[in-house]
Amino acid sequence: MLKINAMRWRHFYLDRLVQVFVYLAVLTICAVFLWILIDLLRGGFAHLSWNFLIESPRDAGRAGGIGSILVSTILILLVALGAALPLAWTTAALLAEYVSTTSKFGIVVRYSLQVLAGVPSIVFGLFGNAFFSIYLGLGFSILSGGLTLACMVLPILVSTAEAGLRAVPDSYRLSAAALGMTRAATLIHLLLPIAAPTLAAGLLLGIGRAVAETAALLFTSGYVDRMPGSLLDSGRALALHIFDLSMNVPGGDAPAYASALVLVAMLLCINIFAMKLVQNWQRRRTILE
Amino acid sequence: MNSNKPVTAQVISGEKSGFTLGPLQMGPVCCNPQPVIEVENLSLRYGDKTALDKVTLDIYRGCITALIGPSGCGKTSFLSAINRLTDLIPNCVIGGRIRVDGLDIHTAESNVQALRQKVGMVFQKPTPFPLSIRRNLSLPLREHGVTRRSEIDAISEQVLRDVGLWDEVCDRLDTVALSLSGGQQQRLCIARALALNPQILLMDEPCSALDPIASGVVEDLISHLRGRYTIVIVTHNLAQARRIANYAAFFWVKERAGHLVEFGRCQHIFESPTHQLTAAYISGARG
Ligand SMILES: Nc1ncnc2c1ncn2[C@@H]1O[C@H](COP(=O)(O)OP(=O)(O)O)[C@@H](O)[C@H]1O
Ligand SMILES: [Mg+2]
Repeated sequence: MLKINAMRWRHFYLDRLVQVFVYLAVLTICAVFLWILIDLLRGGFAHLSWNFLIESPRDAGRAGGIGSILVSTILILLVALGAALPLAWTTAALLAEYVSTTSKFGIVVRYSLQVLAGVPSIVFGLFGNAFFSIYLGLGFSILSGGLTLACMVLPILVSTAEAGLRAVPDSYRLSAAALGMTRAATLIHLLLPIAAPTLAAGLLLGIGRAVAETAALLFTSGYVDRMPGSLLDSGRALALHIFDLSMNVPGGDAPAYASALVLVAMLLCINIFAMKLVQNWQRRRTILE
Repeated sequence: MNSNKPVTAQVISGEKSGFTLGPLQMGPVCCNPQPVIEVENLSLRYGDKTALDKVTLDIYRGCITALIGPSGCGKTSFLSAINRLTDLIPNCVIGGRIRVDGLDIHTAESNVQALRQKVGMVFQKPTPFPLSIRRNLSLPLREHGVTRRSEIDAISEQVLRDVGLWDEVCDRLDTVALSLSGGQQQRLCIARALALNPQILLMDEPCSALDPIASGVVEDLISHLRGRYTIVIVTHNLAQARRIANYAAFFWVKERAGHLVEFGRCQHIFESPTHQLTAAYISGARG
């Protein structure tokens, strides 16, 4: 009797303890996020204006805005995704649907991607500089930067997409095959729409990593802050701009904060937009013809 | 594909069921059995595990053939071999010969997509795609070259009527098929298979995941399909096999491999089985 009572008390305290820890963890995470946001808002909100968004930077970024830098950032991102997405999603489809889990080829590809995922971004920068800028002769350009980022986000895109496709139950593949559907049609009309949310999540992770990248771009897309005339021009990415303002430019704190605020807002917008896009696409593929 | 145009369907049903069937319902019955699937010495292995050992069996046109036997005796494997679904299982090796309509299904020139159009399959667990009801039917049709919207709609309506689902879903064809009840989902799967205008339907325990009422509805539907389609059905429900089947095949595991013990008219198997194992299984003594 006594023993049971003691046990009950133990359970009671354990329960409470776990609860307290869970709440603490949640609170900490929220607090960190809020702290960053408030800090950014306090430091940068006053500096934000429409002109800040469209003007090119002057006086090393102390004056003027970030118009040219936003354009460069978006171009670099588009190049990176344009190169990485088709490659990554076909690779994922190959790995998940056409290659058995135990095949040599699959193991080699997966292992390479894992190694690639662990490589620090500065190494990607050096590689991009040596390969795209010098060997392929692209110089310091948005193209070099974008392609370097493409290599960098490839592992994330492939592994999330592969996981998404593998999570689709085999019963769908069997039923589709039993209805005489080819593997390609099953993949396009059935598996991809079902896996779309996971693909989108991977895409967002990739975008996040690409937009936040500084080191890999230093040696590839360069830090010229003029408005780029073409993809072969150098262009400074937003993250690099923030780094430069806060480290190298005395008196650049306010524009640095404002730029960081824009970067966060941009990520938020991309997230929301991508989610909506996927929802729409999925509905179109699943409900309508 | 064209013979599936909506014919003025005659209503067979009494109060109990609402299935409508085309005129072929009155088609050939089983007094003059013609083999449509001929299985000779079929052996089937998964890696080094033998699932079926030298099964020889004819399935007759227009009849319902029930496969009975304990779990693990290779009934599902037998069905999957007929429409070559076993191709999808990496380590599955098949020996022997299967002919459908006189053509060997494993020769180089036999087209697996065409085979699966001719031989439809319904699984134990209802497997509608997580798409709309309409798209569940149109997707496979498009795959088989039916692309005109009006034709797709006509076929969809016809098969949904055939399985008695039309009245239940006609005003919500664009909702997700997963919102249907289990029995409705299974009937949708049957409709989906029928939409391709198959000759043969393989059914792997189509009622065992359903509640008794839904199971009854599906069972009625299956017996209504007799004559129009050749049906091979796996069932653990012996009473059901007895009610709907014309022929029965009894499988049993011997030396860790599935064997066909006895095949014959349903009445014969259930009332005067030749084999002792069959008699014991039927009377519930074993398995
Ligand atoms: N994909 C598979 N891989 C390996 N063994 C399998 C596979 N599918 C079935 N088996 C084995 O083959 C035997 C027959 O299985 P199955 O055809 O599903 O029997 P039933 O449908 O009569 O229950 C069982 O022993 C089962 O374990
Ligand atoms: Mg089975």
